[in-house]
This record gives sequence, C-alpha cells and structure tokens, in this order.
Amino acid sequence: MTVIQELIGLFVDDGALAIAILGVVAFAALVAAAVPGMPLAAGAILVLGCPGVLLINILRASRS
Amino acid sequence: MTVSLALIWPAITSAFLASLVEAVEALTIVLAVATVRGWRPAGLGAAAGLVLLVLIVVVLGPLLDIVPLRLLQLTIGILLLLFGMRWLRKAILRSAGVIPLHDEVAAFATETADLRRQSRQHETRLDWLAGLASFKAVLLEGLEVVFIVIAVGAGRGLLVPASAGAFAACLLVAGTGFVVHRPLARVPENTLKFAVGVMLSAFGVFWVGEGIDVAWPGEDLAIVGLMVLFLAVALGAVALARRPHLKVLQ
Repeated sequence: MTVIQELIGLFVDDGALAIAILGVVAFAALVAAAVPGMPLAAGAILVLGCPGVLLINILRASRS
Repeated sequence: MTVSLALIWPAITSAFLASLVEAVEALTIVLAVATVRGWRPAGLGAAAGLVLLVLIVVVLGPLLDIVPLRLLQLTIGILLLLFGMRWLRKAILRSAGVIPLHDEVAAFATETADLRRQSRQHETRLDWLAGLASFKAVLLEGLEVVFIVIAVGAGRGLLVPASAGAFAACLLVAGTGFVVHRPLARVPENTLKFAVGVMLSAFGVFWVGEGIDVAWPGEDLAIVGLMVLFLAVALGAVALARRPHLKVLQ
C-alpha cells in the first residue's frame, strides 16, 4: 500500500496542478481531434496552457 | 526512425541529472542504515532493491514494443508533464523561499534517528527493518530513474543514450558515496531539480504534442524552444513568488 502511495506521489503532489495539467492535455487533444486541419492549434494550447497553469499554481501557493 | 542531436543531448542530460538527484537521495538512506546497523543489512537491502528493479525492467521493458507509438508518446508525455512539473513546482517554491530546501544532512539525521528509535523497540528484528529501509529507498528512487529513462527515451528510440546517462549518474554517486562515506550534502539538489523539471516538462509537452499529431515548427528542435520557454516561466515564477521578508533576511 505504501509503495502504491509512493508511486502515485511520483506524479501527483499538488492535486490542483495535476488536474489542471490533465485539463490542458484533454483540451488540446479535443482541439486536435476536432480541427485536424490546424495541427498548430493544439500545440499552442499545450505551449501556453502548461506553463500557464504552473505559473498560476505557484502564485496561489506563494500567497496561501 | 531518425533521431536528431536536438533530442539525444537533452535526453542524456535530463536522465543524468535526474538520476543524480535520485541516487543521492537513495545513498543518504543506505548510508544511514549502514551507520546504524552496518554494511551487511544496508548492502543486502540495496542489492535486493536493485535485483527487483532489474526484474521489473526485464519483464516490463519488452511490453513497450507492443504499445503503438502514438499511444506510447501520449501516455509518456502526460506522465512526464505530471512528473516534471511537480519537480519544477517544488524547485520554484524552494528557490522563492516559500518552502524549505531539501537537506541531505537533515534527511540522514532523521533516518538515523528513526532507525535508532526502532532499535530500542525491536532489537531482534532491526537488521530486517534496516535492510527493508535500504531496499525501499533503492527500489523507489530506482523506479523514478527507470521511469525517467523510459519517459525521455522510449518515445523516439533513445533508451540507450538515456540509460547511459542514468547509469553514469548512479555510478558516480555510488562511487563518491563509497569513498566519502557521508551524505552528498554539497550536491546542489534544488538547482538540479529546477533544471531537470524544466527539461522533463519540455519533453512532456513535446511528447504529448507528438501523440496528438501536432506538427511542431522546427520538428525536434522545438524541444529546445520548449525548454527555453519553461525556463523563462520558471525564473519569472521565482521572482513573482519570492517573499519580500526573505529578501530582508538574506
């Protein structure tokens, strides 16, 4: 049980950040599937979204 | 499948640096066990952990060839994003003074105190407990190394260079630890975690993009641009999150 918890802990430390990352990836995948003619659109979502959610999470953590 | 230098060097470097951090953490616990109960339980526990790690790699490794490449890239990309951004978040918060820095000397002291406390309660079972602590440290930190090697290497046939980077780091730490017999407290762990977090996050975005058919401008070179982007955001985040009173203290 401890090992499983430790394994999950490798990927999830702050639940809000993990959910936000998965949200960005899901949105990018959705856009890639819905608009296959614009392959850069999904890339732009990833490039802006991932650093964006990190920055927001850091700012929240620093103020709490 | 062609592999460019733009991917090989980041793969080797990130596997080397990340493995360096993990190996230092494992070494601290193995040394603590050796200090309290001697090298026999520490060595046996560490060896058992290594054997189990090798078995995991041997059994699960060939399965990677069965998984379709796009699915592999997407899965690994997501896991890398979660793993890399978790490291980066912690490194940023530590650099900004929001949370304390990880201290190998303190970790060594805590582990040693725990083992001594257990020795008073379970004298007869202590060699087992000590060996188990060593085993768990090597297994868990080793799993992280295995994951990083697979994550940066499997998506583009870079398993060999990534493994070489990780192996070199583990050898370096084990050799240094064997010589100095002390926790490697002078390794700039947070700086390493910061750099590795930047690299793994960039790899994560890149692999997820490959997995969902994003045509990256510059192809493999895009990973360098992603690293620069994450580095800039991370440095900006440190500046924004830095607590004003800590500046005064410094």
